[in-house]
Formats: sequence, structure tokens, C-alpha cells
Amino acid sequence: MAEPSESIDAFRRELRTFLDENCPAALRNPAKDGSKPEPTPDDYRTWKDRMAARGYTTPEWPKEYGGGGLSKGELAVLREEAERIGSYVPAVSFFGASMLGPVLLEFANEEQKREHLPKITRGEIEWCQGYSEPGAGSDLAGLQTRAVRDGDHYIINGSKIWTTNAHQSDWMFCLVRTDPKAPKHDGISFILFDLRVPGVTISPIQLISGQSDFCQVFFEDVRAEARNLVGPLNGGWTIAKRLLQHERQLLSSYMPGVGDAAPKPSTAPKTQPKQPRSGLAELARPYVGEKDGCLADPALRDRIAQWELDALCFGLSLKRSGDAAKAGQDVGATTSMFKLYMSEMNKRRAEITISALGTQGLGWSGDGFNPTEIANTRGWLRSKGNSIEGGTSEVQRNVIAKRVLGLPD
Amino acid sequence: MALVLTEEQELLRESAADFLAENSPVTHLRALRDGDDETGFSKAIWKNMAELGWTGIVFPEAVGGAGLGFAELGVVLEECGRTLAPYPFLSTVLLGGRAVLLGGSQAQQEAILPGVCSGDRLLALAFQEKAHFRPYDVETKAEIAGDGYRLTGEKIFVLDGHVADQLIVAARTAGSNGEREGITLFVVDRASDGITIQRTRMVDSRNAARVSLDGVAVESGAVLGEVDAGADILESVFDGAAIALSAEMLGLVKEVFERTVAYLKTREQFGARIGSFQALKHRAAEMFCEVELSNVITLDALRAADAGRDGLSRLASAAKARLSDAASLITCEALQMHGGIGMTDEEEIGLFLKRAKTAELTLGDAAYHRDRFARLTGF
Repeated sequence: MAEPSESIDAFRRELRTFLDENCPAALRNPAKDGSKPEPTPDDYRTWKDRMAARGYTTPEWPKEYGGGGLSKGELAVLREEAERIGSYVPAVSFFGASMLGPVLLEFANEEQKREHLPKITRGEIEWCQGYSEPGAGSDLAGLQTRAVRDGDHYIINGSKIWTTNAHQSDWMFCLVRTDPKAPKHDGISFILFDLRVPGVTISPIQLISGQSDFCQVFFEDVRAEARNLVGPLNGGWTIAKRLLQHERQLLSSYMPGVGDAAPKPSTAPKTQPKQPRSGLAELARPYVGEKDGCLADPALRDRIAQWELDALCFGLSLKRSGDAAKAGQDVGATTSMFKLYMSEMNKRRAEITISALGTQGLGWSGDGFNPTEIANTRGWLRSKGNSIEGGTSEVQRNVIAKRVLGLPD
Repeated sequence: MALVLTEEQELLRESAADFLAENSPVTHLRALRDGDDETGFSKAIWKNMAELGWTGIVFPEAVGGAGLGFAELGVVLEECGRTLAPYPFLSTVLLGGRAVLLGGSQAQQEAILPGVCSGDRLLALAFQEKAHFRPYDVETKAEIAGDGYRLTGEKIFVLDGHVADQLIVAARTAGSNGEREGITLFVVDRASDGITIQRTRMVDSRNAARVSLDGVAVESGAVLGEVDAGADILESVFDGAAIALSAEMLGLVKEVFERTVAYLKTREQFGARIGSFQALKHRAAEMFCEVELSNVITLDALRAADAGRDGLSRLASAAKARLSDAASLITCEALQMHGGIGMTDEEEIGLFLKRAKTAELTLGDAAYHRDRFARLTGF
């Protein structure tokens, strides 16, 4: 629904004044007086704190839980106005703000909301996601980490794996088995706990790309407060699935890997350049050369063309999903393909990138390769995880077949 | 512009679906084929379509059209694609008619387009000479003779040329084969001396013609647009036609996909419905993605054509490339998943496969359009 334009205009006027008075000079471009000072850590902290005080770090959450209480229209204005002064809306814990927060709003009790949501908004707590286990990957519901009630606490034993940034996190939202006798989906609970307690061991995992943003986390008699169990006891699977929906939606707009693969629905239709360009083709040009204005390698050129065509269509599909939602139509069916398609597209982009670089795409470190080449090589390796993390492509195809197409079990 | 149908467009879609279900279901095409109908479609039904306003959707009211746009025409063509309605929208409206609209003088428009809108006049565009679509490959000569020209050459794959009242002929007034400059368009009556039109029956049960021009005399008033600058008109005509054909293919793709999913839910083998087998589920999921991407690129291209957006040619090629590949993928998968029954003439999947192949190779296949898309993206 379109909002009355007067109220949006009033919001914009008030917001401009706020941004103007509160955004540190070094974090806008150009600064008010035309200078460009180097931002300090204090500048970033000040900006985050001032925005958080208004709830703008989690702009759509209700004000009573620390959020900004903004409508979609106001949120768009917030982003526009921040961009207008060359600044940005500060981000807080990705897992907290984008995944945990929405499910707490939907499933948590009042006390839990009041305790945890404002801390996310203020960026006080870094959250991580305790989902996969060594024995429970695609079959997530087969998880074995146990939680046993002991007075006001649960005692947790087991292990989680592929926990992004656990080594830099304060708290974990975690799926635990609270009823081992029930059918596997019916014995799972969703619980929150502090990682800085005895019995937690966190080991970063080195990936084929050399990066270590994933960890394995071990629990040995870890005590978690029972009041932080979210939703009904043994009713965690519903929450787990809802959170995965948020995760898959996020993964449709960003994937770690090579280059700027993500088409951005909010900007794509508005800022169409007069002369469209291909990032992949520009990357390839110095390595493969040109003939009659075309890339000299026709097979590579065709792969790039197909990729660009797919990216164009994918961006339009994101746009259509937004248009359909605005028109009040159900969009569940198409959003289920976004994670699948985006991850396969991102992997293909990385493969094409290495084909374009040739043997200059084989550098690991040291001399003979420039930093971009090495980043591309490592990004190519990292991209292989795109179709595994957050639900494998095979799981995504199962979801489409079952939930969208209604094919039988 | 939003990539969803407006309420009016949704009503148009429903009325088109109703009309086609009654007048041109897939069995209608089969009956025309089996009866070796000399026209290849029913002129009475075409006239009905004209009365519904479909033939004039993209033409201005001044020449009897509805003054609507590609978005609306696309809605109708998508429904035509679902029932394989073999009606001459491409030849008469999108190739012949739009060439006259974009290139013709006011006098030419007034003489030709009202008949197109009323369904009384059929047109065809005679441009292709070789087996592959290359818009500047024109060897047919137009030599100055007195106040006019004499046309000599051979045209193939002239869609609906066997029944067209008038042909728009691309001929060379300058330059040589493959050059963009030097192509001129002429309006030629089918009854002119020196024309031989030979009907060619195609795999999709539609028709084209081989047109032989042996010193056909035309007056200078038959020139459409500027002499030597016919390629300007042709490019716009081809872009619009590729987008419209994509809309027809989209309907075909959706129909075949839906029929296939329905078959997966009912056909039983090994004591189970075959849609429960993961080997088929995953391919169905891939097809679902392909249908969605085909849908959005077509909707966007139709809207871009109406808005006269920059980069329309690039979008036209994106749409035709995607739909050519999607139609091929989905008809081939549909046939495989239908098993032996899909190989029979009685089952309709084969009819869709045949139309998909013809549409794929009409106005350039996927490889042609990807190449053009790349060029228009600066590589």
C-alpha cells in the first residue's frame, strides 16, 4: 500500500535534520565543510550508537523492542537519505539482525523479546547460528546435540559445525534435541545461550580457499538458562524452518565468492546505464584479447553472454517478486528458487572467471600474481560452498518439487 | 513498470483463453493438419479474432487499431502459445503490418493497415534467403527500370506467404550481400507478374512459402521508407517480432511444463507415482526455474517495447535467446518424461515439440541472439 505522501515527506524532513546533525563528518562524502577527514574507530562507534538509539540499525522492528518502527516506505527513505549524504545505515550482528531477530519477534515470549532484541539493535551482542552438526548436514533434523533439564538450566552436550564466525561471537541460537524418543522433527528445541561459559570449545576450520570463517563448536556440560528456550519445548523445528527461510532469502542477495555477482533488486531497474557493460567481459578482455570489438575467445564469450543473460533474468525475477508482493499476490513459489539459482550462478561466475584468467588464475600467494588474481582464485574455491551452505542445491530442488510443484513423496 | 498483469490485462487473458478453448484448442490444429487445409488456419476464426480487436492491438486508432501495446498483445499471444493456435499474428501483424507502420508513408498505412486490423488482409515479409537468419544477407536485386524497379531473387521461409495478399520484399538497391546499407523494402501484390509462390508445409503444421521473383515490376511508390535504409525498419520490426514470438513461446513453455508436472503426479510405475522419483523431481525443479526466468524476461521486454526503452534490442535478444533455449529444454524433457506415449502422434506433446522447434529457429536461434546480446553489452 502506498503511504500518504505528506507523512513520508514529514518523515524525510525530520530525518534529514537528524542525519545532518548526527552523522560524523568523516563518514559522509563530502563532509559538510567540503573536507574529507579520515574516519576513526570512534566515528564508526558514534554513528552506530546514534543510529541505534533511534532503532535505525534494525529499522523495521517495533519501537518497543528497540527497533525503528519504520514502514517499508520509510525504510526506503532512510536508505535514500543516508546515501544522499554519502553515508550508510550502520549494520549490527548479521545473524542477530537478519535471522534471529525476525524469529524472536514471531515466536519468543515478551521477556525474551525485551531482553534480546534491544541488544541486537545496539550491536552489543554478536550472534552465531548453531544448526549443522557433523552427523546432520542436509538432514538437519537428524541433529544429536542433547539438552537435558536440570533445575533452571539445560545441560548441553554435543557439537555444532559450519558455525560462521563462532570464534568472534558472544551468543549462539542453537537447535538441540530435548526428546530423543520422539520422531526426529518433534524432539527439537530452539535455545539461546552465552558462549563465554565453561564447557564451550571453538575451533576454526580452514577451508580449501585458505579462509577460516567457519568453526566447529564443542559443548561439554554447558549450562544454558531454561528461560532462554524459545517457543514450546520440543517445538523448535517450526522456528528452525522459519529461520532458514530468512537465511535463504538473504543468501539470494549475497554469496561469498568471486566479484559482484549479486544483482540488486532495489537498484537494478532504476539505474540502468545507457551502455550496459559486463563485469566478466571487462575482466576477461586483457587476458583473452579482442577481435572486431568482441572478446577473441568465442567459447568463453558465449559462456559470459549466457551468464549475463541469466543474471539479467534473475534480477528481473527478484523485481517481479517485489512487484507481485506489492500487488498482494503470493510469492512463496518463486522465492524458493532464488537460493538455488543464485548459488549455482555464483559458482558458474567463478568458473568463468578462472577460465578468463587462464594460468594467471592459478596463483596462491607471493610473486607473479596480482592481489585481484589471487582473490579471484580463492573466491573460486570459496564459491564451491555456495551450493552447500544454507541448504544444498539438492535440498532446494527437493523443496521446489514438493512445496511448489506438489510432487508426491 | 511492474512485472505483473494489470486488472485489464488479466481480463483480456481470461477472455482470450475462453475464446481459444472454444475456437482453437490443440485439436483444431490437428484437424487442420489432417484435413490438409489449404490455408492452414480458418479465415473465419481470424476474422473473429479481428472483431475481438486482437489483430489491431498494436496499431493506432487512426488505421482501425486499438492503440494498445505489446503488453496486451503479449497476453493474447501467450494464450495462443498454450493452444498452438496457428494464426498469422507473426506474419501479418508483427512482420508485415509493423513494417508498414514503422516504414510506410501515411498513404501506405491508410491503404494497408485498416485491412490488417479488420482481418481482411494478410501480409508476409519476404526477407530470408538462406537457411539461417542473418538480417543483412539479402541478394535479391532491385534494379531501376523506368520510374520503378524490377525485383529478381529467391526468398525462403516466408511465413504465411502462401496466403498473403501482399508481400513486403527486402531487396538490394546498393551494396553487397551481408552489408547493412543498401537494403530497400517494397510492397508487392501477390498477383504481380513474375512472382511464383510455392507453399511449404512445415513440421509444426504451419506454412511458409518459397517466393521466386523474376523481374517483378513495381512502381517507385511501392518503396517502404527510404531507399537503401530498409535495415533500419527491419531491425525494429525484428525486435518487436522476436519479443512477441517470445510471448507465444512462453505460453507454450508454461503449458507443456504444467502438463508434464500433472503427468508426473498421475503416471505410476514400480508401484509409485513417477513424480516421487528424485531423478525426475530435480529436473522438474530446474524446469520451474527456467519457466520463471522465461516469464520475467518476456514480461519485461514487452513492457520495454511499449515504453520505447533504451536497449530494447538487447532485451529482445535476451528474451528470444532465453525462450528458444527454454522451449527446447522443456519440450524435450516433457517428451522424455511422458515416455513412449510422448512419441505417439496421438499425444499432444509432440505437437508442442514441433512448434517449439519452429519458433526456436524463426527470427534467429539462441546462439544468434546470445551473440547479438553480447555485442550489445559491449563484448
